[in-house]
Amino acid sequence: MSSANAREAHSASPPEAWDDRQMELILGNLLRVGVMLAAAVVFSGSCIYLARHAHETASYQVFRGEPSEFRTISGVVRSAGHGRGRGMVQLGLLLLIATPIARVAFSVVGFSIERDRMYVAFTLIVLAILLYSLLGSAKGI
Amino acid sequence: MTVLDFTVVIAIVSFVAGLLGSLTGLGGGVVLVPLLTIFFHVDIRYAIGASLVSVIATSSGAAAAYVKEGFSNIRVGMFLEIATTAGALLGAFLATRIPTSTLAVIFGFMLLYSAYLSRKPRPAALRNLPQDALATRLRMNGSFPEAGGQRSYNVQHVPAGFGLMFGAGALSGLLGIGSGAVKVLAMDQAMKIPFKVSTTTSNFMIGVTAAASAGVYLSRGYVDPGLSMPVMLGVLAGSLVGSRILVKAETESLRLVFSLVILALGLQMLYQGLGGKS
Repeated sequence: MSSANAREAHSASPPEAWDDRQMELILGNLLRVGVMLAAAVVFSGSCIYLARHAHETASYQVFRGEPSEFRTISGVVRSAGHGRGRGMVQLGLLLLIATPIARVAFSVVGFSIERDRMYVAFTLIVLAILLYSLLGSAKGI
Repeated sequence: MTVLDFTVVIAIVSFVAGLLGSLTGLGGGVVLVPLLTIFFHVDIRYAIGASLVSVIATSSGAAAAYVKEGFSNIRVGMFLEIATTAGALLGAFLATRIPTSTLAVIFGFMLLYSAYLSRKPRPAALRNLPQDALATRLRMNGSFPEAGGQRSYNVQHVPAGFGLMFGAGALSGLLGIGSGAVKVLAMDQAMKIPFKVSTTTSNFMIGVTAAASAGVYLSRGYVDPGLSMPVMLGVLAGSLVGSRILVKAETESLRLVFSLVILALGLQMLYQGLGGKS
């Protein structure tokens, strides 16, 4: 890059930084709302769970793996729909996992508005990895 | 222990871990897994699943506060997230295949390294670095507010940073921690990004990275609702309270105590991992 170009990029940086900052502020608030919503769902679920199972014995020494109703999105939604406490906790955790994914998805929009094609592409790669992890990894390997 | 007792005790422990993690800036996740496995005999896979969830909660919960400060570099973060999420996916798949005793040993070393890193003085920030061709092409150079106006900086050594970030992501996916220490290392040391920018950008990235491995953990049945709920709610509440109280004077001694705790937990994890099944 020539020095003239670099200088131009430099002088153009304040408005660009401002756009980035506005985008980040929206994203930051989005994340906070998502986390609070997730925490509320987890908390409601744990109240139901504790009301029903408070006096059972807790045991996490032996690893069994969760049943399918707690490890797939459809299973979790169904279980929570039936009013099961642990299903609701798991739904809240899914919401929580979705908050950073939503942030990445919104970043795609943000970079598109800024017409930054390169970063739209980078963000789409990250989004693809995240969606694969949540939706596709159960079948893999 | 009954479910109620267990839930209350774990919630309190998680609250304290989140509080100390936020006050010292060392993160709560790094002590949670050893605490759960050593003192509560929780299987390390359940512990990692629960810790991962709490890492997302603290990262996303603190994001708004960090953004307001105006330090984070969204382009650096997004570009490096390609490396961290790919690494996290690899780490999460590895975690499902590695014996738990090996996981404990790796965790032990990670704790010792974190304790060492937390005691090491930060090198003075270099200023007025030349523009790196690749970083400029990637539009990574930025500026942040400082007393006396905006201070601009030029990002260096993008490939080295990218490689280190892949490693940080793999560790995060393998151990269920934010591995903020490695992330900051990559951005501070390799890419020469100012400390304030690297810590806040790292916070943004931690949640996205953890989400990449959390999907794998959830679908493999490593995320237990009964254990994750007190951990997530406790750590989240602790870190939110921690970010509200400013105890500048006490932070240094608190950091020392916390790093000693990390050291002790690291040694115990190594002992367990090596003695448990060798």
